[in-house]
Amino acid sequence: MDDIAVGTLLASTLRVSTPLILCALAGTLSERSGVIDLGLEGKMLLTAFAAGTAAAVFGSLALALLIAVAVGVALSMLHGYACVSHRGDQVVMGMAITMTAAGLTVVLGIAWFHQGGQTPPLPDAVRLSPWFSASADLLRDAPPVLKALAIGLLGHNIMVYAALVLVPAVAWLLARTRFGLRLRAAGENPAMVDAAGVSVQALRYAALSLNGVLCSLAGSYLVLAQNPSFIPHMTAGRGYMALAAMIFGKWQPVGAFWACLLFGFLDASAIRLQGAPLPWIGAVPVQAIQALPYVMTIVLLAGFIGRSRAPKALGVPYAKTH
Amino acid sequence: MMPAVAMRGIRKRFGAVQANDGVDLTVAAGTVHGIVGENGAGKSTLMSILYGLVSADGGSIEINGQAATIRHSRDAMQLGVGMVHQHFMLVETFSALDNVLLGAEPAWHLAAARAQGRVRLQDLMRDSGLQVRLDAPVEDLPVGERQRLEILKALYRGARILILDEPTAVLTPQETEQLFHTLRQLRARGTTILLITHKLKEIIALTDAVTVMRAGRVVLDCATADTTTDALAQAMVGRRVQLGRGSDAVAQAHGEPLLRADHLQWRDAAGVVRLADVSIALRPGEIVGIAGVSGNGQSELLDALAGLLVPDAGDLQLAGRRFTPARWLDPATARDLAVAHVPEDRQRRGLVLPFAAWESAVLGYHARPRYDHHGWMVHDTMFADAASMMERYDVRPRDPRIRSGQFSGGNQQKLVLAREAMPEPKVLLVGQPTRGVDIGAIEFIHGRLRAMRDAGGALLVVSSELDEILALADRVLVMNGGRISGELPIDACTEGALGRLMGDAAADSVQSAAA
Amino acid sequence: MSSDQELPRWLDLVVLPLFNLALALLVCGIVVLVIGLDPLQVLALLVRGAFGSRIGVSYTLYYATTFVFTGLAVAVAFHGGLFNIGGEGQAMLGGIGTALVALALGDHASAWIVLPAMVLAAAVFGAAWAAVPAALQAWRGSHVVITTIMFNFIASALLSWLLINVLKDPGNMTVESRSFGPGAHVPALHELLALAGVQWPRSPLNLSVLLAAASAVLVYLLVWRTRPGYMLRAVGHAPEAARYAGIRPPAQIMFSMMLSGALAGLVGINEVAGTHGRLLLDYVVGAGFAGIAVSLIGRNHPVGIVLASLLFGALYQGGAELAFEIAGFSRDMVFTLQGLIVLFSGAMAQVAAPTLARAWFALEHRLRPAHG
Repeated sequence: MDDIAVGTLLASTLRVSTPLILCALAGTLSERSGVIDLGLEGKMLLTAFAAGTAAAVFGSLALALLIAVAVGVALSMLHGYACVSHRGDQVVMGMAITMTAAGLTVVLGIAWFHQGGQTPPLPDAVRLSPWFSASADLLRDAPPVLKALAIGLLGHNIMVYAALVLVPAVAWLLARTRFGLRLRAAGENPAMVDAAGVSVQALRYAALSLNGVLCSLAGSYLVLAQNPSFIPHMTAGRGYMALAAMIFGKWQPVGAFWACLLFGFLDASAIRLQGAPLPWIGAVPVQAIQALPYVMTIVLLAGFIGRSRAPKALGVPYAKTH
Repeated sequence: MMPAVAMRGIRKRFGAVQANDGVDLTVAAGTVHGIVGENGAGKSTLMSILYGLVSADGGSIEINGQAATIRHSRDAMQLGVGMVHQHFMLVETFSALDNVLLGAEPAWHLAAARAQGRVRLQDLMRDSGLQVRLDAPVEDLPVGERQRLEILKALYRGARILILDEPTAVLTPQETEQLFHTLRQLRARGTTILLITHKLKEIIALTDAVTVMRAGRVVLDCATADTTTDALAQAMVGRRVQLGRGSDAVAQAHGEPLLRADHLQWRDAAGVVRLADVSIALRPGEIVGIAGVSGNGQSELLDALAGLLVPDAGDLQLAGRRFTPARWLDPATARDLAVAHVPEDRQRRGLVLPFAAWESAVLGYHARPRYDHHGWMVHDTMFADAASMMERYDVRPRDPRIRSGQFSGGNQQKLVLAREAMPEPKVLLVGQPTRGVDIGAIEFIHGRLRAMRDAGGALLVVSSELDEILALADRVLVMNGGRISGELPIDACTEGALGRLMGDAAADSVQSAAA
Repeated sequence: MSSDQELPRWLDLVVLPLFNLALALLVCGIVVLVIGLDPLQVLALLVRGAFGSRIGVSYTLYYATTFVFTGLAVAVAFHGGLFNIGGEGQAMLGGIGTALVALALGDHASAWIVLPAMVLAAAVFGAAWAAVPAALQAWRGSHVVITTIMFNFIASALLSWLLINVLKDPGNMTVESRSFGPGAHVPALHELLALAGVQWPRSPLNLSVLLAAASAVLVYLLVWRTRPGYMLRAVGHAPEAARYAGIRPPAQIMFSMMLSGALAGLVGINEVAGTHGRLLLDYVVGAGFAGIAVSLIGRNHPVGIVLASLLFGALYQGGAELAFEIAGFSRDMVFTLQGLIVLFSGAMAQVAAPTLARAWFALEHRLRPAHG
């Protein structure tokens, strides 16, 4: 494989992984605070639609992002209302958000744009533009490793770089700030947090707000960078893949990041590998590669490759006993 | 000098129970003050009120001479009151340092917060003599160290008055000594310590003053130097003990034991010994009562005999069969061998609350041919049996279709007892038969238990109500620290003898011999 | 799960679901307004499309059949204390099992052998697919919600691979297997009625509807009238009490999940054998999730599930009709309503129930003095 191919593979891995990374970070924040989030798929979808619609209607990238974030946070607040303020079932709520989003986006899309659910294609001016492309050109004659890296890492849009920066940022937030300490404690022993005089509800709502923002960034990315417009069901299960990556990464931001890269790599290379015989294994069917992230997560959950321990109070609604 | 804590006229009612009935407590500053009593005496309630976990119905509190309103543990902490609970409030995956800091972090940036906190904690540890490995994850710390961490948490938040609730319940003898050392050092620094315990030896060894509570009232309040373990034991147990039962002739147990367990040992998941070396034999026609403050292995013993817990060592002989830990009894086999079990926790174990009474009425017996015809449940028989159970045991309302969870506590208990009694078991294991049961039902249940004994059954009754044990048992065993500290036939149960057994005085010599 | 004041049973079982349904319809009606249509007109057309003609009724029943299977699947697992989200994947496997038997036997053997064999295969394949998540929950403590979601995706990949690489009909461009032989043909209702001399319009409604009805009855009997059902419910409600009674939770977990998977697998009979007569990629699409909605609003009881399935069948059929008649209306409105039903009957059930209870007791209190 020559350096251009390696570089291209790296680039497409990053592009495919970006929404996964953003959603996995969102899920991590929510679940570390103790709230199960199965609505990642639905939030990503609905915010993608919001971004595509707003961009088409207002012609403004900033406004599109803003509206998408508002929608994402609103959905997370709804999740919080049902599950944190009242003791609704967190699993069912996540399913409800995803199912409703799947239908609503198409209904509104057809009604507003009459293109079978798609939003109108967006002009480049409204979409996210690549950064550092000039630098990529300059390195055209560089030695192979540098060239591969240049092709792989440069020329992406801001959201890709934002995702890469957000990983250490979220990790830092969780591990090195007072807020992060309290958030993690709320997911392990909420009674202890309450006894220490800190509001468990407030922590969980805060986590959900951040979750909403991150999901909306993922959704916006799909429409403002990856595709030219919103297509019905365009998330295609990626919200669940992000969930799997979060679990595979043991609910740690950096671990989830590597899992997302791995899953993204598998997704990006699936088509390439199809039919091509690998050493010792022979031709791998593309479906096997598609199923691999899920199989790996199951193997981890079964405890066969180390333990994946969820936050202790995950999924248990906390009710003050005072 | 101003007392550190002055509680006056504290009253608190929980439903039908008057947990605190006009309690006065005065604690001098810089002393260790012991609060003793049996289960249900009201000491935990009193301390919960002081710490703000529960609000009193009446009475007043003064801290250091100032009137105080304590509505939440936050208020208590601000007044300098800290509490170390029996069940620790720790995040196991965090370090000890993080556990102390949580909620009281000196900075929003953790590195700075930890650095500042560490300095302060090291000073505190030096002053108090407490040693805790600050950087170790709590899950790696032994129980004694976790407890010290809880104390450190309270001290870090400026506690000058420290409440400890049964602190030695989970400690080894060595850890207990270490704790005493720590408490003495804290006292030397001027910390006021309230020690809730039922262990009389600890009172004598550690405290400056002691208050004895019984049935929600203070029955004795004096300086420790002015009293003895005997006097404390008598005060704890009270004068209502009737020697013998008058006209109720004490039944003579006869024959070979129906159930016999030898040298049972068991350590729980945290490594704490719950059954140290328990042997017991149940003969037909007797009620064996196990007294003692709960948490001393009684629950584990019941579970082991019922097949719900597999001991680490020991054996069980029942109906001609011998069970060893390799192949222990299970609940279904126990029932097949005519052993019935009324569990201590009737709501979580004895009944399926969402089931109607007629379905709960066959729990454990659902596979019997009477109810199960080749997989098909015979609802008519289940219903009829439930109705007859409810009739015989006066369960109200008398409708088998009502959901189990909707009956009152007393009626639930009667239903469970009716179910377990119906197949006429040879052995009946009963845990807390009348906990949360109204007066009328208590007499009824006691009558039924005596009737079963008179019909030749062997009963084992565990109860934290000493009165109940004394009313029912033919012989009384006292459990302490996972072993049976003594046995007395009912006629020999004087207040002093019982109190001593329960107050750990006798067990002490056994413990120090084993140490 | 219990509030301070318990709702009387009839309120809990009848009024609460209707109340939640009404809320969902209300929100959906708002969406209809937003897209510029008249909610009442839409509702009227929907009802007419679902029940207003013989063919409409047939389609409604045909859709309802699939939902009964997946709804029962969710309910059975629920009574065992588990949330089975894997209905999608288990239905796919059921279809695969059906197809394998049909392709192997359909050309040579008679329907009397092939039909029962397909039913067995569908159930067994569905049960097997649920067995792995069940075992992982029972013995490794892996959360069944996550594992069943993963298994849905794996099933989808498996089906895709199987169709493209193994079973694909070589003479055909589309991704599907060859048609099944005559032995694997599940009689359609219009064919059966024709035998009796009754004219009935063509529709996919087939004998599976009777299988669905029978399944509902059998599930009711099994769960509430047999010893296995007693044990299953005991573990689902109170695992501690079950242990006390000598019932072993791991065995019950396996039993409830495998039964659940088997029921979901039967979708294969309705869709693969009954309707299409060949294996294709998208015969399940959404049935598993619809089953969740059906079970939630049907209060996890066979009677409620049958009624809710009819409701959903009507929505799907009416929705399809509406998509023809009204420009801009698509079936996705039904999916939206489905999600809203899950929202109100499932997640927000805790919000509505106490309010309803308080309102009821307040009403009762006011009425009582009048009766002395």
